[in-house]
Amino acid sequence: MKKMIFVVAALLLGAMVVGAVDNAHPFGFPGKTPMDDFFLADALPNRSTENIVTAIVFDYRGFDTIGEAAVLFTALCAISVLFREGGRKR
Amino acid sequence: MNPLSVVVRTGCDLFAWFMVVFGVSVLVHGYMTPGGGFQGGAIIATFTAFLLVAYGGRKLLGWANEKIFDLFEEVGLLAFFFLAFMGFPVTFFYNYLVKPLAAGGVVPPAGTTALMSIAVGLEVSGALSMVILTMYRGIRMFETAPMEEEIGHDR
Repeated sequence: MKKMIFVVAALLLGAMVVGAVDNAHPFGFPGKTPMDDFFLADALPNRSTENIVTAIVFDYRGFDTIGEAAVLFTALCAISVLFREGGRKR
Repeated sequence: MNPLSVVVRTGCDLFAWFMVVFGVSVLVHGYMTPGGGFQGGAIIATFTAFLLVAYGGRKLLGWANEKIFDLFEEVGLLAFFFLAFMGFPVTFFYNYLVKPLAAGGVVPPAGTTALMSIAVGLEVSGALSMVILTMYRGIRMFETAPMEEEIGHDR
């Protein structure tokens, strides 16, 4: 009984994956791109930034970059705690 | 980590500072060329790794002042937060220094984008250099052989 449930679930999942791949956009032809068009049209005239990736990373999505900087800071804190000298004697 | 041969050390003498200059160029021009703060900071941190590999750990720990790297990290992070918070009358991360593309001045026309790139570059370079130094010291704690007789392993 358990095996039957597993087989049915696997078949269902496989059918869904095949359907999803079949319905995907062809490579290089995305669907609706209102955000891409907005960034491409807005970055140079309104933000004066030639490198649109930098404009997105530091301006439009700056909050995400704060998270990245915090991740780096947390990693440094963790490494300094992990490799600290001294501590409990063996 | 033992120092490498005189060939490698001479190559390090020749090229090490140019890596720093290249990293600074990448992060300063982050708003108009491919690259930016994270990439430039990583290139600058390669300088520390290069010195560690070429000259060995004892000399590097004698040269490097970890407080400078710590200062880089904190100043970069605080400048980044400060620049982000300064736009608060409008929104968080509002680009309040942006100018038209042809305008001159000390601050590039991209405004806070360019300044944040420099701040993040400072932070990343300091943090990665600190990671390298701290992990090297952590490895050295567990070594049983005495560190005195350091001879290169390629000669």
